[in-house]
Amino acid sequence: MKKGILINIAKALLLARWRQTLVAATGVTFSIAMFITLLSFMSGLNDLLDGLILNRTPHVKLYNDIKPNVNQPVNDVAAFKDKHNFISSVKSDAARIAIYNSGAIMKNLDLDNRVLGFTPRLTAQIFFNNGSTEITGALNGIDPIKEAKLFHFNEYVTSGDAIDLNNESNTIILGKGLAEKLIASIGTIVQISTSNGERFQLKVIGIFQSGLKDFDDVQSYTSIKTVQKVLIKPNDYITAIDVKLKNILLAPALAKEYARVYELDAEDIQTANSQFETGSFIRTLISYAVGITLLVVAGFGIYNILNMMIFEKMDSIAILKATGFSGSDVKNIFIYIAVSIGIFGGLVGLLFGLIISSIIDQIPFVTAALPTIKTYPINYNPNFYIIGIIFSLITTYFAGWFPARKASKIDPVIIIRGK
Amino acid sequence: MNQIILEAKHVNKYFEDPVRIKVLSDVNFTINKGEFVSLTGKSGCGKSTLLYVLSTMDTAYDGEVLIDQEIMPKSNESFLAKIRNEKIGFVFQFHYLLNEFNVLENVMLPGLKLAKFTKEEIEHRAYEKLRLLDIEKLALKKANQISGGEKQRVAIARALINDPHIIMGDEPTGNLDKKNSDLVFDLFSKIVTELNQTLLIVTHDESFAERTNRIIKMEDGRIII
Ligand SMILES: Nc1ncnc2c1ncn2[C@@H]1O[C@H](COP(=O)(O)OP(=O)(O)OP(=O)(O)O)[C@@H](O)[C@H]1O
Ligand SMILES: [Mg+2]
Repeated sequence: MKKGILINIAKALLLARWRQTLVAATGVTFSIAMFITLLSFMSGLNDLLDGLILNRTPHVKLYNDIKPNVNQPVNDVAAFKDKHNFISSVKSDAARIAIYNSGAIMKNLDLDNRVLGFTPRLTAQIFFNNGSTEITGALNGIDPIKEAKLFHFNEYVTSGDAIDLNNESNTIILGKGLAEKLIASIGTIVQISTSNGERFQLKVIGIFQSGLKDFDDVQSYTSIKTVQKVLIKPNDYITAIDVKLKNILLAPALAKEYARVYELDAEDIQTANSQFETGSFIRTLISYAVGITLLVVAGFGIYNILNMMIFEKMDSIAILKATGFSGSDVKNIFIYIAVSIGIFGGLVGLLFGLIISSIIDQIPFVTAALPTIKTYPINYNPNFYIIGIIFSLITTYFAGWFPARKASKIDPVIIIRGK
Repeated sequence: MNQIILEAKHVNKYFEDPVRIKVLSDVNFTINKGEFVSLTGKSGCGKSTLLYVLSTMDTAYDGEVLIDQEIMPKSNESFLAKIRNEKIGFVFQFHYLLNEFNVLENVMLPGLKLAKFTKEEIEHRAYEKLRLLDIEKLALKKANQISGGEKQRVAIARALINDPHIIMGDEPTGNLDKKNSDLVFDLFSKIVTELNQTLLIVTHDESFAERTNRIIKMEDGRIII
């Protein structure tokens, strides 16, 4: 009842000056719309760029690095044990790039409920024989079904079907750049040779395009079995296990744990791709900074309108106080005015933000580097809308608070004497 | 049965600006229920100042003001606002109606603030007051669409809406012509006799003052009779 009367007065004052109110609300609308658009677009862009690298990168990669053994024999000799031993010309031992006991490790990963999934991998350095020239390349042995499920592999296979790697033996999927160099298309037979001099003939069943040129120029995919055959290795020979976690934030901790438990090297995604997170962070920061700046400007608009209103309505404020409205009642009236400008302007702003972002979503954006992208990316995250309306409420509240406080302090005696 | 409604005890007030001057010195008086009192005196003798002190809007004074035998505190802004809302009605020289509202809504405002009755009851009571002051037909007009005399009558209706203990007026007829100020005087007499209201009206108008029950005369911040 008491609140109702204050709201009624606020409404009457608002409607009496609806033109100025509309201008103030438009300021809020504009800034919220920009805020939503910017944030949706920037975070769409973030997702896209993240997708480019992060989606394809394992959260934890288990492998054996080529490096010198830390346990050199001299350190085990009793006489030199507590000494500092200088050993020069230590050589790496390459024999251990295979993951020992890979079957058991994979069984354990299967049971680990922090793990979303994993795929074994086997990589061989090979040469593609193209007439008289040899092109260096990498042959990745993968499990196409798991790769598609965990790392969106199928999205980058622009022609052919990755599953065919399982269906047909001696098949290969080439990177787009590599295929161009080899003048290969689906059905072409390419010849490869290993560093040991073994030669193989593989049939091209697909072309993939990741969007990263350096990658597409050297990489090729086949089944794990084929690589094992090429390298003349047993069928438990794999060189890496790519693990995808349920919670990406656990990656550094789990990488350490796996490295310790399985006695191999483990690299987490944060360490491998720290620059991407920085980029995303900066883009998000810019969106927020622009949105908040615009809102502050809109806030000043509201501040001005309210000051003007209070100046014009001195008499009304004086009589309200004389007839029993307290200072805080008067303050609330003006805060209601400010906040309703904020709610109205903010909601319309959200709507416009949605409209503008869906228009951007329709603008064609075709680039060779991103085969799966057809239009500009937009992220319709409802959180942006919630943050937007909260921001607009907070700014308008503060914009209203100062003039409202001034109004609450008006001394009716001074006004009434002045008449 | 003389029930004291308003009492001033040793009220002193100074203005500091530009030099310290005493505007009210040792003001003492009481007003009983149902009295129609006028407050007169030369311009600048402190009538308005006294009225603002009595109305609780001005709290920078020494001494005591009692409304309905209750001492008015000098801080506690919201308590004083409540007192004004419930126990005091105001009529100023200027009407101070809110142009955003119509006549009826203007009259209802202090009632809605008090919220002692439902909105329907307050509306009904507002119509009663308007009828008493013979301006019922203006109820739905906007406040800026009526004449000066009518505005002043609406202001009286607004002062009456919460059935206050006392109605205070600072030259309520000051802006009106003879005909309209006679009309307002008649209405004041009517609410004193019909509603047993108590009135304290500051006026310059000799003939107005003479027709009231009692005259308080001021000179240089003192009450002389
Ligand atoms: N804010 C103020 N600061 C300083 N002096 C003031 C202030 N307000 C009023 N005064 C002085 O106080 C004295 C009393 O003023 P007040 O308005 O009460 O007189 P009044 O009796 O109502 O006069 P009038 O009949 O002309 O309305 C005057 O001398 C006036 O100059
Ligand atoms: Mg005066």
